[in-house]
Amino acid sequence: MSISRADHAPALVGAATLLGLFALLELAIRAGLVDRYVVPPPSDVVASFARIVTEEDIPHRFAQTALEGLGAAVLIALVGIPAGLLLYRHMVLRVAVQSWVAALAAAPLVLAYPLFLVIFGRSAMTIVMMGFISGVAPVTLKTLEGLSATRRVLIDVGRSLKLTPAQQFRLVLLPAAVPTIFVGLRLGLVFALINIVGLEFLINFGGLGQLINELAERYDLAGTYAAIAFVVLVSVLFFLALERTERWLRPGR
Amino acid sequence: MSDPTVVPWPRPVSAARPESVLTVDDILVRFQTRDASVTAVDRMTFDVRHGEFISVIGPSGCGKSTLFNVIGGLITPTSGLVTVAGEPIRGPHPAIGMVFQEESTFPWRTVLDNVAFPLEVRGVSRRVRLEKARDVVAMVGLTGFEGHYPSELSGGMRQRVSIARTLASEPKILLMDEPFAALDEQTRLLLGDKVLQIQQTLKQTTLLITHSITEAVQLSDRVVVMSYRPGRLKRIVDIDLPHPRTSEIMTSDAFGHYVAEIWGDLRDEASRGMAEAEASRGART
Ligand SMILES: Nc1ncnc2c1ncn2[C@@H]1O[C@H](COP(=O)(O)OP(=O)(O)OP(=O)(O)O)[C@@H](O)[C@H]1O
Ligand SMILES: [Mg+2]
Repeated sequence: MSISRADHAPALVGAATLLGLFALLELAIRAGLVDRYVVPPPSDVVASFARIVTEEDIPHRFAQTALEGLGAAVLIALVGIPAGLLLYRHMVLRVAVQSWVAALAAAPLVLAYPLFLVIFGRSAMTIVMMGFISGVAPVTLKTLEGLSATRRVLIDVGRSLKLTPAQQFRLVLLPAAVPTIFVGLRLGLVFALINIVGLEFLINFGGLGQLINELAERYDLAGTYAAIAFVVLVSVLFFLALERTERWLRPGR
Repeated sequence: MSDPTVVPWPRPVSAARPESVLTVDDILVRFQTRDASVTAVDRMTFDVRHGEFISVIGPSGCGKSTLFNVIGGLITPTSGLVTVAGEPIRGPHPAIGMVFQEESTFPWRTVLDNVAFPLEVRGVSRRVRLEKARDVVAMVGLTGFEGHYPSELSGGMRQRVSIARTLASEPKILLMDEPFAALDEQTRLLLGDKVLQIQQTLKQTTLLITHSITEAVQLSDRVVVMSYRPGRLKRIVDIDLPHPRTSEIMTSDAFGHYVAEIWGDLRDEASRGMAEAEASRGART
């Protein structure tokens, strides 16, 4: 009993903190400390939820942004993790490109969006590729870091049992690196989602980003913030899914 | 099962030993560091007979783990040869099972899955390997902890999981590098008894690396004493104590005699090691 309560405690404290902050903001706005034309009162935002869900086709847009995010996430994992492995296996390659990859991770890639538009057109593909490109570098770097940090002795256990390279990777290196790889995936996903929503906003296409653009242009501040809440919901869902996957792949922390 | 009569252990035969399963022949290991080369093991030669329990003892840093890795096939020696059943080894030999000095359980596997690991790698079916693993887990006294993860165990229990994992692979030759070093004296004695008991039932050839004199005398048929820097063979001491043994043997006179004898050998080495360490510390400041 007490264990399940302890499990819920962080979530409850988190929710309470959030509600408390909203209440403070509400008070500050009502007291005139914050301009309500810059930040709408949280109560207005909550009130506008129903309106934007029915009038602005939120389910559809939400699904579109989430699917673009999922596409980018899958690509990031499918390319980023093997790339990290490749760098781990080949010393020369690592020395040659590691700093480039690090530079890629830090570059403001969203500025290259016109190039993507030219290649992929004004389509979901452009957005997915933008998300993928901006999120893949941290996954590669963190995969490399996790594999390199595998304790020597665990590798030696595998060697002493004459594991094949494939077994050594699947049974020792990969599980040992999973926590670090997931740090990379979280980072990569954050970058990807920011860029996906940002690009929807910029090229006025598709999902939640475009909606935020439209609502902002209509000066529907409460609606804009409500739409942003849905973006947050997308990322919360992704993070929950990642956490589940990690615990499944790597029990016994 | 156990024979109540005390069986005298065979005395060593001097030169050619046809029954030896493992030979360490003139092993030299030199590490090249950035500005110096360190000789970690200097021309070590000895052999291990079938079913024998042999200990290698020496002060910290004398090259024991290096030797362990050479015998396990994880390090290629600069020169010299290790043979198993007459065959020179190249890389890890399937007849050798290793228990490492460092904590080496897989934190993402339960106790049972850790222990079953060598069998899983060999493609033993799930049912068979788990059954086998359960037996070995019981052997090291961890029944009831099969479903636990290493993070939920004490250091001593984790070390037992490592030992069990190696035992599960049923190696003909068991190599252990200070497996009890991180444990308190009581656990150490009891676990030593346990290992000896298992070794006797399985008739397993065992090479134990240790820096504990009492542990070496308690468990071994012979003790290989190493010198400090470079790690050379100083002496091989036959321990002519009756079998089967338990830690109770430690109260006997003969036991004390052996301990004193080995300590006499090691004292010079250990104090030389400390003096060297102090000198180099002094030189640096
Ligand atoms: N990879 C390496 N590169 C350079 N020097 C090494 C390497 N491994 C070990 N050495 C050196 O070889 C010597 C022997 O090391 P080793 O680990 O074999 O000692 P040990 O007897 O096992 O010590 P302990 O009882 O503390 O475990 C040490 O002086 C160490 O500094
Ligand atoms: Mg050592």
